[in-house]
Amino acid sequence: MRDWANWALDTAAARGATYADVRVLDARYRNLSTKNGTVGNVEESESLGLGIRVIAEGSWGFASSDQLTRDKIEQTAARAVAIARASARVKKADVVLAPEEKIEAVWRTPVEKDPFAVPMDEMMQLLLEADKELRGAAGVTLAETSMSFTRLEQFFASTLGSAIQQVKVYSGAGMVATSFADNEIQKRSYPNSFGGQHASAGYELVEGLRLVENARRVGEEAVALHKAAKCPQGRRTLILDSSQLGLQIHESIGHPIELDRVLGTEANFAGMSFLTLDQLGKLQYGSEIVNAVADARLEHGPGLGTFGYDDEGVPAQCIDIIKDGRFLGYLSSRETAREVGLNRSGGTMRAESWHHIPLIRMTNVSLLPGTWKLDDLIADTDDGLYLETNRSWSIDDRRYHFQFGTEIAWEIKGGKKTRMIKNPSYSGITTEFWNSCDAICDRRHWTLWGTPNCGKGQPMQTMGTGHGAAPARFRNVQVGVAYAD
Amino acid sequence: MLTEARCQEIFEKIRRACPADEVEVSFNASQSALTRFANNIIHQNVAEEGLHISVRALLNGRTARASTNKTDDDALRRVAEQAAASARWQPRNPDLLPMPGKQTYQPVERFCEQTAAFAPEARAEAVKKVVARAEKNKLTAAGIYSTGVQTETLLNSRGLIATHRQTKAEFSVTYLNGGSGWAKGNFTSVQQLPVEELAESACRKALDNHDPKELPPGRYTVILEPAAVLDLVGFLFYDFSATAVLDQRSCFTNQIGKQVFGENISIADDAYHPLQAGSAWDGEGIPRRQVQLVEKGVLKNLVYARHTARKMKAEPTGHGFLLPNEWGEAPMNLVFAGGSSSLEEMIRTTERGILVTRLWYIREVDPYQKILTGMTRDGTFSVEGGQVRRAIRNLRFNQSIKEMLKQVELLGPAVRATGEESFEMVVPPMRIANFRFTEVTKY
Repeated sequence: MRDWANWALDTAAARGATYADVRVLDARYRNLSTKNGTVGNVEESESLGLGIRVIAEGSWGFASSDQLTRDKIEQTAARAVAIARASARVKKADVVLAPEEKIEAVWRTPVEKDPFAVPMDEMMQLLLEADKELRGAAGVTLAETSMSFTRLEQFFASTLGSAIQQVKVYSGAGMVATSFADNEIQKRSYPNSFGGQHASAGYELVEGLRLVENARRVGEEAVALHKAAKCPQGRRTLILDSSQLGLQIHESIGHPIELDRVLGTEANFAGMSFLTLDQLGKLQYGSEIVNAVADARLEHGPGLGTFGYDDEGVPAQCIDIIKDGRFLGYLSSRETAREVGLNRSGGTMRAESWHHIPLIRMTNVSLLPGTWKLDDLIADTDDGLYLETNRSWSIDDRRYHFQFGTEIAWEIKGGKKTRMIKNPSYSGITTEFWNSCDAICDRRHWTLWGTPNCGKGQPMQTMGTGHGAAPARFRNVQVGVAYAD
Repeated sequence: MLTEARCQEIFEKIRRACPADEVEVSFNASQSALTRFANNIIHQNVAEEGLHISVRALLNGRTARASTNKTDDDALRRVAEQAAASARWQPRNPDLLPMPGKQTYQPVERFCEQTAAFAPEARAEAVKKVVARAEKNKLTAAGIYSTGVQTETLLNSRGLIATHRQTKAEFSVTYLNGGSGWAKGNFTSVQQLPVEELAESACRKALDNHDPKELPPGRYTVILEPAAVLDLVGFLFYDFSATAVLDQRSCFTNQIGKQVFGENISIADDAYHPLQAGSAWDGEGIPRRQVQLVEKGVLKNLVYARHTARKMKAEPTGHGFLLPNEWGEAPMNLVFAGGSSSLEEMIRTTERGILVTRLWYIREVDPYQKILTGMTRDGTFSVEGGQVRRAIRNLRFNQSIKEMLKQVELLGPAVRATGEESFEMVVPPMRIANFRFTEVTKY
């Protein structure tokens, strides 16, 4: 890998690039699924290639290839420079990057049990058992289970002299029970929707999820939802479970703090942000108990945004995003950091694969734990709803107005969880919502959730992000408008 | 690019190395480039090329897939052995069919040499004009200009050979000045891509989109431009899958033969339509058929992969995905029948309504009622007394698409539409009564 990278960097420099970096990536994937007791999908795949990013004539160029002969690599590097020269036809000023140090390092995801060393039949057996348990609940019409594993062996080198090798491993698993009855579809997922839980971890993550042990309850809840009361319309006190709160953080904190959105380079697709530069340090984003960080370091936990170095060769960092409710920080790259006057990139640039260019991506954007025990929080709530597990999510292109639906809710009356509620939804304006937060549960209830499917960029890239959250309470939130009266 | 002869050579190596009863290999070779601009400069400019070789082994009622992008002999042997090894331990699947034999395909021509050779300098020159228009109007421009080539080949050990080659040209622009205006085009050739026309349309909208007034949420008559229609009706595509109906997760479960939409709605799947793209065969190499899905509002047909067709005693329609999969099939070339009302006529005959350029972040709220939520974006205007009156703040909708397609008052000519929530389809602009907006945002 080092030779390939050097051929690319040498060619780029010889062709006139003032900066170049190269990522060689050898990726391996495994996906398994079941559906109603049969094997759904079984696939192993691999992909090896490199991407070369250059600045020439003050503009960016990028080219990639999976043909790794010396000639082809040099051609690809030359192509990246030619593309940069084409970019320079439409520029105002030269790209300047925030300073960064030369780094030589090796980093690996800590893994207890290599998922690619676990026999596929053992994995499938676990999924089929969970699938059977889901269908054990009378009324479940569709049972689905899945696992996915990724191993990325990456070598980064740049004209700064950096040479960074990383081996990143991601694992994930989950299941969903669907019930169709009386022209209504209800579903319950475990441990989260959209593929379950995902983390920077090995097969030990899957073993710890206890899929089989939870499957019957999940199936029964899906069926029971048909007879549940409808979500009321009006303003209510809400307690969000940690997985739903994780997605709320993703959409209404994580995306708006991306500096590329703020500076307009995502305006045509993902959109912009209400967090204009004048808001930094001034905006009361949330109530005084709201504290959020973007933390890619291992000590934050094994999130999908955990790594040693980003795809610009910048070390993983912890950035204060919201402190005591005040907005304090953005997610940045070397280019955007310099544009807004920061001394150093926040280290958030990541690319989906070797053929993608790195973009500013959320690392682990997490809400720090509060002080409440969940039982005490419910006991302290006279009239409200407890919402669990995301079902739908939508937010405007500046990240002001959102609407979420969850799979299930529970009415809280007189400090007790009472009847089941179906088709719950809530909506609001981002800052009004976070300022209505008056209680956050403590570390014992805090989970670092993995969101494996965050889409951004053109060409579109999918990236995994991490979001730590504990259940939290929000006052006077609009609920129930998703369904007509 | 990968030639058919090279595919045959690789296929033979894999077939020999794969200890299975039957073997299928799919090849997907692509070259694509994308120039991205914002704040009136090119800020990203990329090119990529790659190959995906995917092997399916079938042995005694079991199947699995393994994929690689490496073409050396060791990698090909490894991927062949992996596919067979992943199949061998599985429980037998009684629904699994032998691979299909040789098929005959209707030719489709979707390749343009000029597009395949389109250079970064040519994209930059086009962007320069788009930016010049922005500067002339004191706006900023953001968008993309993308071109690419894709070659797909499918071979199996029963003698099936299917190939498809096509090019792609896509342009999208947002002009901004407090408010914004957007336009996008996607075709198989740069010759079809009306860059200047799209830029003019987006620029005009941006100039008109200022000082937005807030309208209260409620039910409104809406005039949806084709991109807005596409991104809503695109959510229906999987509901026409026979597997989705078998699984009881389609919104058309228990609806076949029934009046599901208004009588002015007819929908076909037609891979051969001149405004469509894509291959003439499905994931198993079965030729795509033209299927009338909805006729005058009545749900007439679904689409079927081979195994689903056998289960449901129907004919395969050539819409299956690569096996194995949980999803079965879906129509990938939807064509809505259009009408004769121009957008101008829709506006002229509307006493009070809302004109919508584009919708954004659409998600399914209810899978059976097919309630979708999302936001308007980049050009939302009030219509009063037959005229576009002024810009309004963006609104959130929560609308059942099944109900919406019963409330279509006027249809325009169907065009190849492109948005950001769905793949491209042929759809008309529509005027729709009682569209449900539930909340409003701050801009």
